[in-house]
Amino acid sequence: MTVYDIIFYLFALISVGSAFFVVTLRNIVYSAFFLLFTLFGIAGLFVLLSADFIAVVQLVVYVGAILVLILFGVMLTSNITQVKIKTSSLQIIPSAIAVLILAFSLIKIFLNTNWKTVPLTVQSSSVEGLGVLLLNQYSVVFELIGILLLIALIGAASMARR
Amino acid sequence: MIHIGLNHYLIVSSLLFSLGIFAVITRKNAIMVLMGIELILNSANINFVAFARYGNFGLTGQLTALFVIILAAAEAAIAMAIVLNIYKMFTNINVDEIDTLKD
Repeated sequence: MTVYDIIFYLFALISVGSAFFVVTLRNIVYSAFFLLFTLFGIAGLFVLLSADFIAVVQLVVYVGAILVLILFGVMLTSNITQVKIKTSSLQIIPSAIAVLILAFSLIKIFLNTNWKTVPLTVQSSSVEGLGVLLLNQYSVVFELIGILLLIALIGAASMARR
Repeated sequence: MIHIGLNHYLIVSSLLFSLGIFAVITRKNAIMVLMGIELILNSANINFVAFARYGNFGLTGQLTALFVIILAAAEAAIAMAIVLNIYKMFTNINVDEIDTLKD
């Protein structure tokens, strides 16, 4: 077992284990904090896949922005004066069975498919390649994403003020 | 000893996807549903980046993962605005109690 394998299992355990707690814990603030560990573990997996820029963006956007937004949402929509911020669940047992069937069939499909892979090569930093792709081949998508973010900003601000 | 390959990443992403689906279909709180959607988007991102690493596609998979992250940010902002409006109108955000459109 190489160091790579050990680090992979560590990050996979962090992300899947905390995702389990996100889904099952009843206190929504605890769920939000376990979501932080899940996103952190996924950023570690991105580093192992030699996607350095995506890992940093994951940390900045997800952990820095989306998680803070979710925590703001929790704080603004729960009765903070009550000590317990609890939520309940519906139909746990049937949906657990359905989700287990889904997970097993997905894993079975993934393992039985003969994926076409190429031998791994040592990759240098992906930042330069991503920038070149973004400004040449995918420049229209880049502009569209910018317009979409502007629309989302205006829409969210006008909706939240109403 | 099996070395870490594409299948390991696919298994992790399918587990995360299933947990996200579980959160979306069982939790009552709208913010928990939103967290489930974030888990689903992250599992899709793991697949994109893993195929970009092990397949022969260059950096396109990583670029798609980047777009997914941006869309998730926009989606979270809009969803939070909607949730705040719902809270103002109904004073709770349990998705099973907000059924005014139902006859």
